[in-house]
Amino acid sequence: MLRKLFKFHGGVKPETHKDSSTTQAIAKAPLPALLKVPLHQSIGGTPRPLVRAGEKVLKGQRIGGADGNVSSAVHAPTSGTVIAVEPVLMAHASGLSTLSVMIEPDGEDRWIERHPIDLRATPADEIRDYLRDQGVVGLGGAVFPSHLKLKTSRTKPTRTLIINGAECEPFITCDDMLMRERAPQIVSGMLIMQHILGAEEVLVGIEDNKPAAVESMKAAVAAAGVEGCSVVAIPTRYPAGGAKQLIRVLTGIEVPHGARSTDYGVQCFNVGTAYAIHEALDLDQPLISRIVTVAGNVGQPRNYEVLIGTPMNELAAHAGEQAGTDAYIMGGPMMGFRMPAFDVPVVKATNCVLVSSPSLFPPAPPEMNCIRCGECAKACPADLQPFELYWFSRARNFGKAQEYHLFDCIECGCCSYVCPSHIRLVDYYRFAKSEIWARERDKEAADAARERFDFRNLRQEREKQEKAARLAAKAAETRAKLASDSGGEASQEAGEAPTAAEQAKKALIAAALKKAKQQKEGAPVPPRNTENLSPDTLAEIDAVEARRAAARQETE
Amino acid sequence: MLSALLVMTGIALVLGAALGFAAIHFKVEGDPLVEKIDSILPQTQCGQCGFPGCRPYADAIAQGEADINQCPPGGDEGVRKLADLLGREYKPLNEEHGVEKPKSVAFIDEQTCIGCTLCIQACPVDAIVGAAKQMHTIVAAECTGCELCLAPCPVDCISMQPIGETVETWKWRYPVIKIKQAA
Amino acid sequence: MNTSPYLRKTTAVNSVMLRVLIALLPAIGAYVWQFGAAILVQLAIATATALIAEAAMLALRGKPATLYLTDLSAVVTAWLIALTFSPISPWWLTAVATLTAIVIAKHLYGGLGQNPFNPAMVAFCTMIVAFPALMSQWPGAGQLDFHTQLELIMGGARQLDAITAATPLDALRTGLREGGANVTVPQLMEGSAFGILGGAGWEWIALAYLVGGLFLLQQRIITWHMPAAFLLALAACALLMWGMRPDRFASPLFHIASGGSMLAAFFIVTDPVSGATTPKGKLIFAAGIGALTFVIRSFGAYPDGIAFAVLLLNICVPLIDMQTQPAVFGHKQD
Repeated sequence: MLRKLFKFHGGVKPETHKDSSTTQAIAKAPLPALLKVPLHQSIGGTPRPLVRAGEKVLKGQRIGGADGNVSSAVHAPTSGTVIAVEPVLMAHASGLSTLSVMIEPDGEDRWIERHPIDLRATPADEIRDYLRDQGVVGLGGAVFPSHLKLKTSRTKPTRTLIINGAECEPFITCDDMLMRERAPQIVSGMLIMQHILGAEEVLVGIEDNKPAAVESMKAAVAAAGVEGCSVVAIPTRYPAGGAKQLIRVLTGIEVPHGARSTDYGVQCFNVGTAYAIHEALDLDQPLISRIVTVAGNVGQPRNYEVLIGTPMNELAAHAGEQAGTDAYIMGGPMMGFRMPAFDVPVVKATNCVLVSSPSLFPPAPPEMNCIRCGECAKACPADLQPFELYWFSRARNFGKAQEYHLFDCIECGCCSYVCPSHIRLVDYYRFAKSEIWARERDKEAADAARERFDFRNLRQEREKQEKAARLAAKAAETRAKLASDSGGEASQEAGEAPTAAEQAKKALIAAALKKAKQQKEGAPVPPRNTENLSPDTLAEIDAVEARRAAARQETE
Repeated sequence: MLSALLVMTGIALVLGAALGFAAIHFKVEGDPLVEKIDSILPQTQCGQCGFPGCRPYADAIAQGEADINQCPPGGDEGVRKLADLLGREYKPLNEEHGVEKPKSVAFIDEQTCIGCTLCIQACPVDAIVGAAKQMHTIVAAECTGCELCLAPCPVDCISMQPIGETVETWKWRYPVIKIKQAA
Repeated sequence: MNTSPYLRKTTAVNSVMLRVLIALLPAIGAYVWQFGAAILVQLAIATATALIAEAAMLALRGKPATLYLTDLSAVVTAWLIALTFSPISPWWLTAVATLTAIVIAKHLYGGLGQNPFNPAMVAFCTMIVAFPALMSQWPGAGQLDFHTQLELIMGGARQLDAITAATPLDALRTGLREGGANVTVPQLMEGSAFGILGGAGWEWIALAYLVGGLFLLQQRIITWHMPAAFLLALAACALLMWGMRPDRFASPLFHIASGGSMLAAFFIVTDPVSGATTPKGKLIFAAGIGALTFVIRSFGAYPDGIAFAVLLLNICVPLIDMQTQPAVFGHKQD
């Protein structure tokens, strides 16, 4: 049974470096002394913290609730005590911090009560909500909430479900090892997804440099005994594991940028995600750990099952980190990001901790001028003309860059990889993309402000007219009254009433001003009603007092 | 000679008619220039330019009554864009109207606020919520950072807080081209 | 390194340029065999001038000299100039031509990668306009010994008719013009300047260029698009006219095998910097040069039109590229 496979344009064949980390089985990483679990771990809204410092948590307890539908919950990876909920340096190239829950494990690793749900009896909507609350996100690296991807298109039935086991990045072997060791569980998760999406066929795409994984998956699929399910070995060529490229290779369908693949009748999930879905639904275990490849400048590259929140340096130490390490790269050498520090936590997106050293990844030779040789265009899997995008991005000609489809670029790095002038092309695209996003944000904010300003002017105008009408009506009334009463006192009263109100208001403001002045000058007025407050609130009040004192000093 | 004259006159007439037709049929409503200028302005509505809002300033620029370098929130980049649009020479921001500051939003110290509603009346974009004698607060997402609420506050409880960088707003830097002089 | 990708291929600009130089070696060998060692002197003059000019310009522009000197792009330009000029050109002609190419056509436009025109062709056109007589003095195959050639290069007195022979294209053109209606192409082809395929001696060099070109194709430095489009367009135009008037026009084979056709097809038209870049654009660009070359050769005032054709199509490159942008992944239907 030979499938017709399709080709995608371009691609490169870097050395894979995958052998050394596949010699040993997946190991469980030891429990670290402190887990730092960031709340923001997926595309979408930042989950709300559900725990406070000092609280005890159980393994699998929800510590961050999904913020709206485009978000995903976060759970305690083990039982222990919450030390703090505070911003911590995140596993991101920016070096910024994000609100994280710090958990000190108690070593008992005690699970919260678990109740697997009956899939066949539960409607798809409820399963999706359940997955959101179990924190299941795409584990291939993009961490898009899985429950959103399990929605079928309104216009087209989902014909094909693709399970992505291509794993094209050099050094990374976590999917490979997962498929070798836990194929039946992956197949189980895969069948759940097939059930939800109603897909006719399921294709598991695996690069042909992983024969053991192909065999293992084939055996598991055969054991499950389901129809319309096949494991396909695809040619090894980076970036065959890109979702769009894999869909193209297996089905011939090209999903354009910004479109939902379900609108084209296909959907694609990583094998790790399939495994996580199996755990979340069949075992009621939320996503609290994942398989991470530790490779590069280490004595024994290996795959570990790691709790989310484990500091990367502890993990690297287990694998025998060697001297000369200059940074950790999260992800592979083609698309990974350099971490701002060594102790950043492992997150749901961490498929690989690549320990970098100058000898492993030597500094790039100096950039030379582009000679328009077209090597990048030959390598680009999105059929772009990278050098044109480079000229436009470099010249900050963002409109033109977008015209040449900048946003179809998947930042796979093939162009930079082949460039004989050693130009860091992808950096220019990242720069141009984030500039364009910033501009769009500014534009949206400006448009909103303009609208609100216009509306306010309109409202003021309307209020003025209404007031004038009211006054006119009142005047007419008074005149009518005057005409009937023919007395003088009434008119005087009507004239003075507003003045009195104004005076009262002025007196109030004056009193407040006096109070404020007192506060500024003399001893601060002690806050009242503080007897029955919690220590937290008291601390807050102290903080406010301190702030006020600081403000006073500043103004003086 | 005569025929040449006739031909030229004929061409002139035909072209004139075509232009007249186009002027009537493809007429652009409104003043697109003012719209274009307005879309470059940051819509802070702060009035630092000396006009009561961004739109009036755009009108003034279009009519040549105001210079292009009077908008501090738009900054240097804004001046450049206006210069580009209008085909004028770039000039640095006029400091009489203020200097470019990092983007900020107003913040009300809720303990000090006396609920006088003066800031609510001053806010050009209705970004302050509150009622008389009740504490006020700023809707940070709608605040343009115009600082118009600072002056009216009788108890000085409003301060400007710079907006911090988040993962959503973080930007990749312009790639630095490092070529060392090899000699 | 701070950003991905952290891996890169080892190819660099200088290795590309080096392989281009290697690909020129067979032709240089054939040149020496057929016309003597004078070409080596010209190559040396051009290379030295190019490197000095490049170093001076880099210093003036404050660019790192070693980095850009070792990219070898100046040497490629120099060799192409030497190979398109007559081997007995006086030394200063070659030097001035190289200076024109490096200083004016390359660095004044911004240096490596920024020049809109092919520097070697700019040099050729400038020189043929400025010194038409010197540019048309070519030796016949095996006609002069090395000593005489060297004297001529060093500025020795030129008794033109005794030392030079017309190039095949020139012989054809002047023959047809002077002979008027009495002379036909087949008659002219029997002259000593002509060989089996093209010009005597020149056809061997053309074959050597073909060998070098195939090497570049095999090394994936050039793609088939440009050489194929150029040669096919040239041959097609020639076939059309030759089919109608075989007595007034040379055969397609003659056009392909003589003049600079082969050199142009693999080494000049394929210059990435000044050429079109999209697959379709490459075809249009090279075919345009081929067609224009035929027109200038057959109806123009100059014996060979490749240089002018290349420059004219260089101007069109932005337009060609803009109009032939390939469809992007996922946007192929619209």
